[in-house]
This record gives sequence, structure tokens and C-alpha cells, in this order.
Amino acid sequence: MTATLPAEAAEAAAASARRRRHPGRRGAITGWLYALPTALFVLLLFALPLLLVLQMSGSDWPLLGGNQGWNFPENYQDAVSNRFFWDSVLFTLKYTILTTIILLALSLGLALLVQESTRWKGLLRTSFLVPSALGLASASLLFYVLYSPIAGPFAGLMKAWGFTFLGTPDGALWSTIFLIVWRYAGFYMLLMLVGLQGIPDDVYEAARIDGASRWQTFRSVTLPLLRPTLALTTVLCVTGSLLAFEQFYILTKGGPDNSTITIVQLIYSVAFQGQNDLGVAGALSVIVLLALIVINIAQIRAFNRKAED
Amino acid sequence: MTTTRRPSDESDPRSDSTIAIVAPEYRASRGSRGGRGRGPGTRHAPTSFAGIAVRTPYWVVTGGLALLFLYPLIWTAISSVSPLPGTNQVDGWGFGNYATLANYQAGIWVYLFNSTFVSLLTVLLTLVISLLGGYAFARFRFPGKDLLFLSTLAILMVPYTTLLIPLYVLLNAVGLSNSLVGVALVLTMFQLPFSMFMMRISFEAVPRELDEAAMVDGCSSWRVLWQVLVPAVKPGLITVGLFAFLAAWNDFMAPLILISDTNRMTLPLAISNLRGQVQGVVDYGATEAGVVVLALPCILLFLILQRHYVRGFMSGAFKG
Repeated sequence: MTATLPAEAAEAAAASARRRRHPGRRGAITGWLYALPTALFVLLLFALPLLLVLQMSGSDWPLLGGNQGWNFPENYQDAVSNRFFWDSVLFTLKYTILTTIILLALSLGLALLVQESTRWKGLLRTSFLVPSALGLASASLLFYVLYSPIAGPFAGLMKAWGFTFLGTPDGALWSTIFLIVWRYAGFYMLLMLVGLQGIPDDVYEAARIDGASRWQTFRSVTLPLLRPTLALTTVLCVTGSLLAFEQFYILTKGGPDNSTITIVQLIYSVAFQGQNDLGVAGALSVIVLLALIVINIAQIRAFNRKAED
Repeated sequence: MTTTRRPSDESDPRSDSTIAIVAPEYRASRGSRGGRGRGPGTRHAPTSFAGIAVRTPYWVVTGGLALLFLYPLIWTAISSVSPLPGTNQVDGWGFGNYATLANYQAGIWVYLFNSTFVSLLTVLLTLVISLLGGYAFARFRFPGKDLLFLSTLAILMVPYTTLLIPLYVLLNAVGLSNSLVGVALVLTMFQLPFSMFMMRISFEAVPRELDEAAMVDGCSSWRVLWQVLVPAVKPGLITVGLFAFLAAWNDFMAPLILISDTNRMTLPLAISNLRGQVQGVVDYGATEAGVVVLALPCILLFLILQRHYVRGFMSGAFKG
């Protein structure tokens, strides 16, 4: 996502020109020594596991038994024919689409609401941001109690009206989305604010002189100029939602009636809960990795194509 | 991947007014933008009754919105000390729920220690590695530099679980099963894309003349780093440390997969397990107390270091 503004490009060029003025002044060996810890971490804790998961995905690999030899296409066949595979894929996609639309629309609204700097808006910003300091697990535990029919603030209401938050598939889905919106709205609002600040004042000034209404300004000035930010937040939000785990693991445990199993939950349960099959879990992980790469490339392409129009 | 995105934000690391979002005066000029009548920022303070009448719905709506975000936190804090049947705090206000929490399994102090240990080790490792690495990427030329930097950023592209399952096998193989050090190593790796990016642009924002002058004076690159550059990139370090702490303290999935010994569990895991403590009967009160213990350090740190938190966003480090 290269969104270099002209001024920044010039600055970057100046920086690289500065760099060229002192070619090879400092030894490559010294440089490598400083980069060595990074290289070790990337190699041992990232590249090696990535290769290992590829090997696992093609091997018969029980949790406690270790590698039992090749089992190549079978793991992938087992992964796809798992009875929860397609359900979890569909549910994860549904959850991702709903969450991304709601979260980004709301956070853009919040960003527009608080973008001028006044003391009151500073307070609003802080209130919206505080939930982002919590971990996803903490937030999920908090809402687990909040949604409880026994201890929650709505317990009396739930009893009187006979409803539950987590008891039905739809209820569980929307309750989880609400939790995620609460936890992440401030986070995305901040990203949107950074994007809004990149829009120069004189563009708004020009729109005003042309007599554009507030809605017209938003549609034809703010939204197009915010595209790089919208692309970034969409990619982040889609990636995060496709990999959703904690919120469902803690809040719904995949229930009711296995209606809220996400793909990552499926991987976790295949690997560690019951089936204990790291080979199939590895195959699922590789499928998710490839799907994620394809989806992200498609999103970036789509945003770039729109930019060319 | 624009590494030079918004260099101005870091050009003078000591000037906090560059962090525009929290600098109240920065946006004042934009308030006049087209007189679009959006809230108090766009007009002058109300002096007439008509002004107050127009403004009141605005205050109510935005205030209500803020309350909606704060309500779950406030409610949890209050009800953790309120009475609830089925908990240790049956009548009157008090800290019964915290007592339950304190005595749960290995005891809250063990879990607090574990979480603190993992978080501090992660912060320390992340700071050291990204300080040295950022220095290398910003100031040196060496073969494989671009490949290494891109590989570091590629960590962002790979799902957490995809890596955690093989990491579980690898850590077991090297004797780091059930190890808090193993968890810290893994969490440090996951912090590297953000941290390395942040430190690289922090170093790049420091004028080269500064360390080159010191070099000419005969300082080694090591001394230049510690005596000249570390003070200059301190804000970047604080941001990196803050994000690393929040990520490590709150992480759930890495300890879930890597730790099975109840004495080695971190706080989020222990509190999550607390819910099924007695034959599936959930102790909601103790869970509330646990959420408070989990959330309090994060919220306090966030409120104290909000400027540095916001800097993480301004840097463009999320533009992966």
C-alpha cells in the first residue's frame, strides 16, 4: 500500500540522496552484527515454523506421537471434509463482512465527530479509546459477565422478557459483534483520524467556495481522499475478523449448537481438543494462510483499481 | 510499504506538538472550515440561550456515546465489589470476590508473577532487538538487508495459529515446553513487525550529521548508539515498549497453546479457566474481579502514556 504523498516522496528522495553521499562508510559486518538478533528471531521463530507447518500439513502427525511419515493429500482431504469445515468457513465470512462494515462505518463516524480539537472532543476521544487498551480476552470475559442471565446488568430484564444474549445463534453472533465494536471502534477511529488529517484544508475550502453541501463534501472530497486509509483499515479489519478466536472461544465456546465456530477455532480444536491431529490442523492452517493472502491481494487490487478510475 | 511515511511526525522526537491528535491547538484552525456547524469546535462559545438550546442535544448525544463506551468498564468495577448470590461476596460491599480470586488454584500472586514476568521479558527483548535492528536498518548497508526487513514485516501476513502450532512442536523439541520464557520469545517475534518499523523510522528521523560528527570524534558505532542515538529515539522506544507490554500482558492464544501446567499460566488464561471452576458453575463475581485486575494496569498505562500510544498510529506503522 504505497500512499506516498508528493512531499513525502521528495523527502524520501532527499534521504536516499543523503545516504548516497556516504557510500559504504560503515562496515557491512557491523551492520549485520546489529541485525543479528532480528535475523535469529525471524529465522528461528518465523521462517522455521512456517516450513514446519508446511511439512506437518503433509504428514501424519498426532499431537503426542510426533511425525509418523507422509500423509500428503489425505490431510487436506480430511481438513476439507471435516464436518465443521464449510460451516465454519461460512460463519467466519458472515462474521467478517458484518463486523467490517459496522466497525468501519462507526469508526469513521466517530472520527468525524471528534476531529476538531476541543477539550470536550479530547475527552470523547479518550473515552472511545479506553476499551482498546484492554486485551481481547479481557474484553470477552467482561462481556461474558455482562451478557450473563445471572450476574449481568440486564439479568432482571432478561428474566422478565424471556430473552438471552448468547442463547440463540443470531443472538450470539450479534452480541459478539457488539463486543468487538466496543473494543475496536476507538482503534479504527484513531486510524481514520490520521487519514482525515492527511486531507489538506484548502480542498475543503475549495468545496465550500463551490457551494458544496456537507453531504456532497463528504461524498466527493472526504471519501475519495480517504481511500488509502479505508484500504488499510479494511485489510486490517478483514484479516483480524477472519482470524477471530478469543471472542468466540470465551464468549460462546462455538455454541449454541456449534453455530459460532470460526475457522481458527476449528484449527484449535482439531489440534488440541479431542482429535489431537496436528497434521490436519497444519493443513487447515496452510489453507487459511493461502486464503488470507489471496483475499488481501484481492482487496488491495480492488482499492487500487478504484483509485485509477 | 512506505517506510518514509510522515517523517515529520518524528523529525523532532522531543516536540510533542507533532502528535497532532492530542495537541489541542493543532486542529483549532480547521474549526473554521466552511462553517459546517459541527459541534462546538466549529463555532465560538455559546453566549446566548439560543446557542445553548442548539447545543444541548449535541452534548447529550455525544456524552451518551462516551458513556456507552465507559459503561461496561465502570459497571464491572462496581459490581466486582457488590454483593451477588453464589459468590464469595453474598451481602454488603467488599472484596470477597478478590479473595476468591486470590486463592484460586495456584493463587493470584503466581499468575500475576507469571504475567508480569512474561510481559517484562517481552518488553525487554522487543526493545533490545528492535533498537539494534532499527539502528542496523536505518544506518548501515549490508547484504540481505531488504530481504530481512521484508521478512520481518511478513510476520504480519501470517495467521497467529498457523505459527503457534509448529512453534508448540519446536519449543517442545528444545525443552521449552510449558515455559514462560518460550511464551515471551514467541510474543517478541509477533511484536517485531511493528517495533522494527517504528524503530527504523525513529532512527531515520534523527539527522545523520549527529552520529557522523560523533563518529569523526572517534566514537565507535556502539558508543554512538548508546550516547547519541538512544536519547534521540527515546519516544520511539516508549511507544514500542508500551505496545509490547499491552500485547504481552493481554495475550491469550500463545499461553493457551504453549502452557498447560496450571502453575505456569498467565493471568488471562487463569481467569478464563476460573469460570468453570466448580463443576461448570461460573463464579461471576470472581470473574469480574479478575477482569478488573487484568484491565487496570492497561488502562492506567494507556491514560499515562496516551501520547505515545497515539504516536504508534501516526507513524504509519500500521500501513503494512
